[in-house]
Amino acid sequence: MLVTTTKGDMDDSLLEKKEGVVDDENEYTTWVEYWLDGELVHRSAHVTLKKSPFMDLIAASMA
Amino acid sequence: MANTQSMCTSFLGELLSATHNFSSSNPAHTANTADTFKAALYVTTATINAATTAYSATNEVSGTGYTAGGIAVTNATNPTSTNSSSTAGVGYWTPSANLVYSTVTLTTAFDTVLIYNSTQSNKAVSVHTFGSQTITAGTFTLTMPSNTTTTALLRLSTT
Repeated sequence: MLVTTTKGDMDDSLLEKKEGVVDDENEYTTWVEYWLDGELVHRSAHVTLKKSPFMDLIAASMA
Repeated sequence: MANTQSMCTSFLGELLSATHNFSSSNPAHTANTADTFKAALYVTTATINAATTAYSATNEVSGTGYTAGGIAVTNATNPTSTNSSSTAGVGYWTPSANLVYSTVTLTTAFDTVLIYNSTQSNKAVSVHTFGSQTITAGTFTLTMPSNTTTTALLRLSTT
């Protein structure tokens, strides 16, 4: 598989791959890195937020 | 039957559609045309919060493949509203596609996206934060939640 890197498109067999996940109350995030001879040449991240701003409205009593 | 004090749930969805206008000083809207919304990323040292009134380039991310101002938000689904009881309901809206920043290099850590209205003088809509990220010759994706009363990106609620 070709990977877009800072060196141009490279076959992933030439690269060291690292992956990670963050799963907490705020988000579920996955990331992937490709390294070439100790140099980071690609990093992508995919974030899914679990919380959103919420607005509560009130119709006040006239009594 | 009995009457019940409440905010009308339909009003919640209509607020998101600019159906009502309580101000004598308001920007013009074109009937049946949605405004354009955009999503800009901010570095971790920025101060973007509820007090933010409009998009600013200050402390916005910069790097290869990223255009100042961010990306357009896909908006193919109108706001809607749903009653949950005789006194409560939710008006809600979610972008109809994920926010995707493709083939970018953003070396300064960022943790915030600001949704703003580029049609209406870049006025701020909402701020969403996440864990610090950098991107190298890669893609940053913010997956949008399901557009429901409990998960939509923007929700106005009465309880």
